[in-house]
Amino acid sequence: MFRKYNVIVVGAGHAGCEAAWAAAQMGSSVLLATMNMQTIAQMSCNPAMGGVAKGQIVREIDAMGGMSGIISDKSAIQFRMLNMSKGPAMWSPRTQNDRMLFAEEWRLALEGNTKIDFWQEMIAGLVVKNGVVTGVRTALGLEIEADTVVLTNGTFLNGLIHIGEKTFGGGRTGELAAKGITEQLVSLGMEAGRMKTGTPPRIDGRSLNYEKMEEQFGDEKPNKFSFGDTKALSKQKSCYITYTNNAVHEILKTGFEKSPMYTGRIKGLGPRYCPSVEDKITRFADKDRHQIFVEPEGWNTIEIYVNGFSTSLPEDVQLKALRKIDGFENAKMFRPGYAIEYDYFPPTQLELTLETKLIKNLFFAGQINGTTGYEEAACQGMIAGINAHNRSVDKEGFIMKRSEGYIGVLVDDLVNKGTEEPYRMFTSRAEFRILLRQDNADLRLTELGYKLGIATEERMNNWLAKKKHIVEIDKIVNGIKVTPDQVNGILSSLESAEIKEKTTLSNLLKRPNINLEVFQNISAEIAQLYLQYEPNEIEESIIQLKYKDYIIKEEEMVKKLSNLDGLKIPEHLDFETIGALSNESKQKLNKIKPKTLGQASRISGVSPADISIIMIYLSK
Amino acid sequence: MLIHNDTIVALATANGVGAIAVIRISGPEAIAIASTVFKGKNLIDVPTHTVHFGLIHRNGEPIDEVVATIFKSPKSYTGDDIVEISCHGSSFIVKKIMQLLIAGGARYARAGEFTLRAFLNGKIDLAQAEAVADMIAVDSEASHIAAIAQMRGGFSQDIINLRQELLNFASLIELELDFSEEDVEFADRKKLTDLVTSIKRSVDALIKSFDLGNVIKNGVPTVIVGKPNAGKSTLLNALLKEDKAMVSEIAGTTRDFIEDEISIEGVNFRFVDTAGLRETIDKLEHMGIERTRQKMKQASLIIYLFDVNTTSENELIEAIDEIKLLSIPYLIVGNKIDTTSKKIHAFRNFDGIIYISAAHNAGLEALRTKLLEAINYASFKTGNTIVTNMRHFESLSNTTTSLHKVLLAIEQKTASDFLAQDIRQALYFLGEITGEITNDDLLGNIFSKFCIGK
Repeated sequence: MFRKYNVIVVGAGHAGCEAAWAAAQMGSSVLLATMNMQTIAQMSCNPAMGGVAKGQIVREIDAMGGMSGIISDKSAIQFRMLNMSKGPAMWSPRTQNDRMLFAEEWRLALEGNTKIDFWQEMIAGLVVKNGVVTGVRTALGLEIEADTVVLTNGTFLNGLIHIGEKTFGGGRTGELAAKGITEQLVSLGMEAGRMKTGTPPRIDGRSLNYEKMEEQFGDEKPNKFSFGDTKALSKQKSCYITYTNNAVHEILKTGFEKSPMYTGRIKGLGPRYCPSVEDKITRFADKDRHQIFVEPEGWNTIEIYVNGFSTSLPEDVQLKALRKIDGFENAKMFRPGYAIEYDYFPPTQLELTLETKLIKNLFFAGQINGTTGYEEAACQGMIAGINAHNRSVDKEGFIMKRSEGYIGVLVDDLVNKGTEEPYRMFTSRAEFRILLRQDNADLRLTELGYKLGIATEERMNNWLAKKKHIVEIDKIVNGIKVTPDQVNGILSSLESAEIKEKTTLSNLLKRPNINLEVFQNISAEIAQLYLQYEPNEIEESIIQLKYKDYIIKEEEMVKKLSNLDGLKIPEHLDFETIGALSNESKQKLNKIKPKTLGQASRISGVSPADISIIMIYLSK
Repeated sequence: MLIHNDTIVALATANGVGAIAVIRISGPEAIAIASTVFKGKNLIDVPTHTVHFGLIHRNGEPIDEVVATIFKSPKSYTGDDIVEISCHGSSFIVKKIMQLLIAGGARYARAGEFTLRAFLNGKIDLAQAEAVADMIAVDSEASHIAAIAQMRGGFSQDIINLRQELLNFASLIELELDFSEEDVEFADRKKLTDLVTSIKRSVDALIKSFDLGNVIKNGVPTVIVGKPNAGKSTLLNALLKEDKAMVSEIAGTTRDFIEDEISIEGVNFRFVDTAGLRETIDKLEHMGIERTRQKMKQASLIIYLFDVNTTSENELIEAIDEIKLLSIPYLIVGNKIDTTSKKIHAFRNFDGIIYISAAHNAGLEALRTKLLEAINYASFKTGNTIVTNMRHFESLSNTTTSLHKVLLAIEQKTASDFLAQDIRQALYFLGEITGEITNDDLLGNIFSKFCIGK
């Protein structure tokens, strides 16, 4: 009934869609298997993409040739560039999205790719022969063959939903949990764990009084995610901000005895940075209010997402408490918030290609690896898709370095450190934050994406042109000298020290708060720049000039550290045979099986002395 | 993080007092760094395998007359450029020169690092290298234990506090960066400046406290304990008389502040609380009373003095056991050998007892030698005082340099993501003493203090 596929992707969320897309772009025949084709690319939690660190990931996915940036742009209802008051490494794009449009755009994109087939059914198990996966088995008992399989099960593996004292199996509200896969993998020798996450109630927007809330507008000049030709928004929808108060907290407390969190019914670990509202009022009892973002779910829907009010208290307590929030006095609920527990597999069981160490040709991406977030899932999907394809055509695996992208940081962290709570990206996780900016994601990654076969020829040509233009702009700007007469008026109006003698323009641009735009009218040369080049090209060139010293400093660090990353460790090295290593190091090294000395050095508990010792043995 | 292309420095001869000490610098910048502190021929221009007499100076102020030997890559022990500086064998001078070289850009070498480089550059064979691997393993463990052991009492608490303060500061900055959208209050620049200034002050104070020069200048705190009439003050006077030229009696406003110092081959021994010793010597009860114990705890070296004529073997065992509990180096000295008629057979079961007659100046030379040895032993016991101190000194110096940059950056209103770059450096360097400070530590600290999360 089925042909043999190069790649079968199980699950069609953010990870699954990107995995299918990447493998298909590279030339694989792909089967995307999902329990429900109506929920492809569901935004199960908040209707937004990007944000600090996450926005950088979306830009990276886009630069590589993935779809998340394009889909987000097409379905955006609001765009904001966060952190504009900080340096450019912190600028972070974020969109509010139309939930239904987002899913529709993804489905259209996937359907437009003839390499991708679809199958709607629960996948109940894998076909594994001699430690190699050769296909999947469906609930109906069908077997579908493939070279490689990518599992992106999200919260569906033995998903258990909690609302107050009620619990029921499910992967999301109204959707069944997936059974069988965990049990099979555990019986094959994999280690599984439980994690927990939650989501807030959804509200009828017609029942809210926005007069009592603070309006949060989109950017005046909205940008976009994709480096491609998607359009920036011409109209936007606002969000609203309001706060909880003591009355809200008091009501919430009345539900604590029925809370699955406090009665100990939930065993899984939840994220510390995305606490339920009951967690917030307990852990930070001295805070008398917590911020609530009221986010519209789309252009044409009245549904509202109450960001900041994630809860698993009984539904009546949820509603009563909500109605004490300013603007929510008459709130009507569409559905209550809930907590969900699900299975994951500690990601230290993976290679840096996201292939499992135990079962060959089997790849994991998304929440199954203990991560949280659409962006984190999507980028893993892309990496797993790339490597599933590469494996099916016998090519070497693709590993993004920590110095190349947040995606590289994420995968490296997961595999070498594992995670105790749902892993979310933060900029502070990246040691080369200054290099990993959203503005230069294309410069960092598009060539890689093109060589892999995901990014199109057109993208590659744009990339080449942009690179060339940046150098040209830099040359022009560096050649410009300015006199006190020309610039002192501008400088003093910006509260920047005046100059005493002629100096280079680039000197002035290195000052904080001084940008090229302010000098647009002082010389024909500068005005000409704005006619000749794209704004993003000028911005990129100026960022590189302005922060040159910091950038060089990090580039030097990268160079130093890459020495170790270049030193390969043979695949079957048994660290037990290296007598001089401590027992703890031996165990950790044998578990993770690092591929390079650089990777070994990032495993927690492995000391510099251990690395020296391994280095000596490798030179044998 | 191991990096094999920078310049490293270490003492190549054994620690302690010798006539000559050799400091070895290896790496691409070895000659350039040495030349900045060397007055004589320009070392950059001299040919390989040549020896040069000159002066080591700090900004013109002479430190020592030395001989510098140049080995150019690849014809050297490690295969890198090497400069070997032979200076006078005083810990103080060695320390000063090392500080200058580290300030000039060299890094303090880790255990076995010279040999590791020699191996990586193909200068030694595998059999030798495997021995080095074992050595690195043993030494890194030993130095770790030593580093912890050295941080007894208040000092270790200082470091822990410092780590926490710096972590808090870094958290405030990271909070602004990663959680700008959250409803938390961000620290203003004034508060951040105050915080860094106060952290930097603590680091600077620690740098000073680490300075071995200070220890030498201030002397090794030493106490003499023993039963009444063991001859404690006689011994002290004898040592002082022998060393007349170097005696410095600092008279304080009260007798409590009187301290006596003797200098043996350049190392000063400061006898703690000798005022008390002199006045109350006969009133001091037997070993073990609280006051004596307190006094001994402050010391870096303890001399237990007993009268060979009146002390039983059991008393001696008890006393030694008591002292051992303190984990401070000690000497056991038997006094009044001149008056004893019986042989000292009774104490045959004890190793290393030094027999003297304080009243007749007998055995004092041997005691002096043992005092010096005990100091080396002390260095060894606490993990090579010089080495460990130098490591700490280097880490703390780098920390303070980074903190200085942080202060500058705040002053210049630099965006906080760039500020964070310098803070991370500071965390990294402090982490060399306190153990690694990871991004997870930072995030953990943020989550524990601030209500984050929509």
